[in-house]
Amino acid sequence: MNGLPLEIDSTPVIQPLKRHTGIAIPMLLNNIDTDQIIPSREMKKVSKNGLSEGLFAGQRYLDSKSNNREPNPDFVLNKAQYQDATILLSCKNFGCGSSREHAVWAMLEYGFRIIIAESFGTIFRTNCLRNGILPITLKHDVISKLSDQVIVDPVNNTIDIDVANKVVNSPNGDSFNFELESHFQEMLLGGLDFISLTMKREKQINSFIQQDKLNRAWAHLK
Amino acid sequence: MTRTLFDKVWSQHTVTDLHDNSTLLYVDRVFLHERTGSIALKSLEEKERAVVKPEHAFCTMDHIVDTFPGRGDDTLMPSGKEFIQSTREAAKRANIHLFDINDKDQGISHLVSAEQGITLPGLTVVCPDSHTCTLGALGALAWGIGSSECEHALSTQTLHVAKPKQLHVRFEGKLNKGVTAKDLILTLISRYTSAGAKGMAIEFSGPVINDMSMDSRFTLCNMATEFSAFTAIIAPDQTTFEYVKGRPFAPKDQQWLQALEAWNALKSDPSARFDNEIIINCDDITPMVSWGTSPEHSIGIDEILSFDKSKQADSITNALDYIDIEQDQKLIGLPIDGVFIGSCTNGRLSDLIAAGEILNGRKIKDNIKAICTPGSAQVKLAAEKMGLDLIFKSAGFEWREPGCSLCFYAGGEGFKSGQRILSTTNRNFKGRQGPGVRTHLASPLMAAAAAVEGCITDCREYI
Repeated sequence: MNGLPLEIDSTPVIQPLKRHTGIAIPMLLNNIDTDQIIPSREMKKVSKNGLSEGLFAGQRYLDSKSNNREPNPDFVLNKAQYQDATILLSCKNFGCGSSREHAVWAMLEYGFRIIIAESFGTIFRTNCLRNGILPITLKHDVISKLSDQVIVDPVNNTIDIDVANKVVNSPNGDSFNFELESHFQEMLLGGLDFISLTMKREKQINSFIQQDKLNRAWAHLK
Repeated sequence: MTRTLFDKVWSQHTVTDLHDNSTLLYVDRVFLHERTGSIALKSLEEKERAVVKPEHAFCTMDHIVDTFPGRGDDTLMPSGKEFIQSTREAAKRANIHLFDINDKDQGISHLVSAEQGITLPGLTVVCPDSHTCTLGALGALAWGIGSSECEHALSTQTLHVAKPKQLHVRFEGKLNKGVTAKDLILTLISRYTSAGAKGMAIEFSGPVINDMSMDSRFTLCNMATEFSAFTAIIAPDQTTFEYVKGRPFAPKDQQWLQALEAWNALKSDPSARFDNEIIINCDDITPMVSWGTSPEHSIGIDEILSFDKSKQADSITNALDYIDIEQDQKLIGLPIDGVFIGSCTNGRLSDLIAAGEILNGRKIKDNIKAICTPGSAQVKLAAEKMGLDLIFKSAGFEWREPGCSLCFYAGGEGFKSGQRILSTTNRNFKGRQGPGVRTHLASPLMAAAAAVEGCITDCREYI
């Protein structure tokens, strides 16, 4: 087994995430899919930017189809106490469905850095990590506990996340450990770019390809 | 040591094992489309990174392009043209083979990739679309990725992937009348929930799979992502080899023989171990239809929708409210406003043939908006040679050009708020086919029968 080459000379491409304390917003439903996070119709430009206005557009605005962006006062994102939320709490299978990375870009641009849920859509989870959002998996009862503490006073009952030690600190001072693959942890702590790290393995990749062309000539076009 | 089919393909593509059980995996093929491909290519250009093996990258127009006859670069979606034109230009600059809008081989990426022999048994294939798992039906290791990973694959021909756990799903017994691959996958997801295969690689096997056509295998694998799987795979067999042989990018002559030898070894060893196993007896399965806002919200057409009221979760109440149905009833007879037949799930020739058999000589109910979008230009052409276009049109369906079409609402064409749609697609999410639209998922047989009756109908009465 080889470690990643961590003699880093690349500049951060994502905003490093070492420790984060912020307001958490509970959206305690199962299966919040990426179509809900950003509907297809909100992906208007060939760009990773300008997407936060479309975040949760289907529920966030009173008339979700027109350009009239009058906020829906019943939707949790529009409530005054959650205006500066940077952490989102949810249940099972958050980010399931379409692979659209726009869902992550929209959340990041809006200001989210942490999502805590019981489980995540597989592609969505990777997309988060690639863009500097940390998806944390915790058990249902822990998330309920966090939510109960937060809603009493969301602005003051903040949640604190220590990425280096992989710990979530609740408003009441309880601590919960979470799991995170160490290569993703290193990426987040350093704000590093996967592609430039992989490119350092160019020789290794090329020698694999040379051998593979002998083993599986049929798999190579040209 | 015994190994699964998945283990074998995985190890053939392992460039090196990294720490954390993550692997640097060699990627054989990358497929792009105009919604995400354009962004990935643009981002690479901005970072001055090259597409290292353009001969192994392909691109199609499917997500945003209109499906009306006579379509061009202009789309009902306000900024669609920008996506289409920037994709075309970026693909050209990167020297990537593009299946452009009116190319004779254009279509939904997962159909084109199979039809052209771009995806082959034993290859690793990625595409920035969650339904890339469709191609596991060919015995390929194919999975959906985001744009960042797409850039990674294009510029390094590799991806970092943590090896997933493995789930074996065996389909035993026989398929009942009117029961299709769509009903199998909806049954599986409804029984084990939409997070049931969370992050796992599934192998589908069993006598029902052995007898299944390639088209049906594609349908089955297509919705593995709705089961939260990493992907699904089916061991390649004679059915697969016959399908692949002679396709434009498939190996030929001596290389075909070498490939066949390699592909014949692509099966799980008899005592190979999986992390989990599910056995489904198909004798128990009836045509399925979804009732809610997740594919796990599906029931058999004979079943009554009922929940334990004491345990009813917010997610269920929410779904019932959105779809606007009451519990303690069957779904049969629920009036519908529209029908959509198409998509990477059910837009293949055998799907259109199945629906066509019900529609032949019949008319759809008045005021039903019914649309058929063949999944690819090849499917459309083959269907037209059989006269299926005439059957659909004289029944009252619109006959469209290939693309993802009304599988989702991209800001152009959609169904209307409050409308109830019977759809052969894969997602019944809130607003998926347009804000406020209520989607019921089912097979092409169920869709055709519903179009004729104007309500959710048991397709078996028409077979």
